[in-house]
Amino acid sequence: MGAGARARVIALAWHQFRLERRMFWRNPTAAFFNFLLPLLLLALFGAVFAGRREDLDAIVPGIAGVSIMSATFIALAYNLTFLREHGILKRLRGTPLPAPAYLGGIAASAVTNVALQLAIVIVAGHVVFGVAWPGDWLALAVFTAAGVLCFASLGVALSHAIPNSESAPAYVNAVFLPMMMIAGVFYDEEEAPTLLRDVAEVLPLKHLVDGLSGAIVHGEGVGDHLLALLVLALWTAAGLVLAIRGFSWDARRA
Amino acid sequence: MTATAAIVVNELSKAYGAHEAVRGLTFSVHRGEVYGLLGPNGAGKTTTVEILEGHRSRDGGDVSVLGYDPADRPAELRSRVGIVLQSCGTYPHLTVRETIEHWGRLYPAPRGVEETIVLAGLQEAADRRARTLSGGQARRLDLALALVGDPELIFLDEPTTGFDPAARRAAWDVVRALRDLGKTVLLTTHYLDEAQALADRVAIVKDGRILAEGPPGALMTGAARYRVTYRLGQELVERETEDPTTLLHEATAAALARGERLEDLSVTRPSLEDVYLELTAEAWEPEPAPA
Repeated sequence: MGAGARARVIALAWHQFRLERRMFWRNPTAAFFNFLLPLLLLALFGAVFAGRREDLDAIVPGIAGVSIMSATFIALAYNLTFLREHGILKRLRGTPLPAPAYLGGIAASAVTNVALQLAIVIVAGHVVFGVAWPGDWLALAVFTAAGVLCFASLGVALSHAIPNSESAPAYVNAVFLPMMMIAGVFYDEEEAPTLLRDVAEVLPLKHLVDGLSGAIVHGEGVGDHLLALLVLALWTAAGLVLAIRGFSWDARRA
Repeated sequence: MTATAAIVVNELSKAYGAHEAVRGLTFSVHRGEVYGLLGPNGAGKTTTVEILEGHRSRDGGDVSVLGYDPADRPAELRSRVGIVLQSCGTYPHLTVRETIEHWGRLYPAPRGVEETIVLAGLQEAADRRARTLSGGQARRLDLALALVGDPELIFLDEPTTGFDPAARRAAWDVVRALRDLGKTVLLTTHYLDEAQALADRVAIVKDGRILAEGPPGALMTGAARYRVTYRLGQELVERETEDPTTLLHEATAAALARGERLEDLSVTRPSLEDVYLELTAEAWEPEPAPA
């Protein structure tokens, strides 16, 4: 790719990004699920656990993890299903828009949502609930990036299995809600039955929350959670393979 | 391939499982020509157009679009082609103007946004969000997005399906304007009057094959015959002929000799519809078993 072509890809990715931001704020459903839901959870559980230091320290990284998952996994699975069902992806494919520019634009938009939500959760956690400022910023950045890659690829992969927009909430929540419930976001996982704990141990969300919890609350570095990083990397690899191999621009007629 | 051909299709075939959607289509479209693929639903028109657009792979045959193989999906080709797909949506939360503006950016030398809005007849809807558009307005936006890149070749797949009569006439005017600008248009339609009104040449397609091809006028005079009808007493006589002059002369001479009148006498030229019905009815004959 020549320098001119590369500059054009970057310029088009930037336009796509700005378009995605504008559309995001005009879509009340998307804005609600991405911002209000994590904040609502934070307020609710913060009130329930008021004054209980240990629980508050668990809930803030837990909701940070859920925010990352909702801004990537849920948003991409919903949006791609919608764009594919309505032929918008197919229409874009008929234009000279390079695929990397398009994907770069929507990825940058998802990362923006993640960054905004993490900032809100961490600031609110500190100001309202007295949770310490993150102890290890590098570990926070590394686990956030790992979580974004993992759940973005899984969200794209899941979108291939969803037949239409109407059934998207069922598919997405069937994956998201149980994973969130058993990941120890809202309660001490030690109290859960062994079977549930074993299942959570295999899934990516618990490991993302562990890494975030270490970085935000305990000041632990990346080296303290290498196993968590490994599990996230394995899920990312699986997600990428499924996302790329199953990718279709067109919903009608496979 | 000739220097003036925009599209060359040779023995194109495509099957979906056991269903052969396209069976050896051969045709070419000249530069600056409006070419119509006319046929009933399921004839293979959309499959053919989607292969030419690069949206679908082919099983056999050769295809060239502006000198490129669309299966390679070259970016250069995509920047010179405009596509109106069947029932494809746009971003619901953007206005018409924003949508056209964004699509224009994707092309190296786009048409002006306002000019495109006027060309597609969207002045009154320009600031409305796409999800609030009526069916006809949404189709105009389809057209606008196909034109904003100022392409030299435009694919129109059933461009007026769902239009009210006024919107249809307006869309026809756009197609005529495109031809006047020297653009090449490949049009699919199942409306006979649309093919007759717009296309320089028409191919009648059924079951993945071309049954007849030519300018609409030549198709009508070539394939079917004149129909002469009149009433003799209570009996309605209907006769077909390639030579209406002789038939009329004989019939009227005989009637005069008997002192009778030929009531309700009419001579009709075949319409494209007659040709179409005649050809598509013949295609019901059983297929020879594959070798």
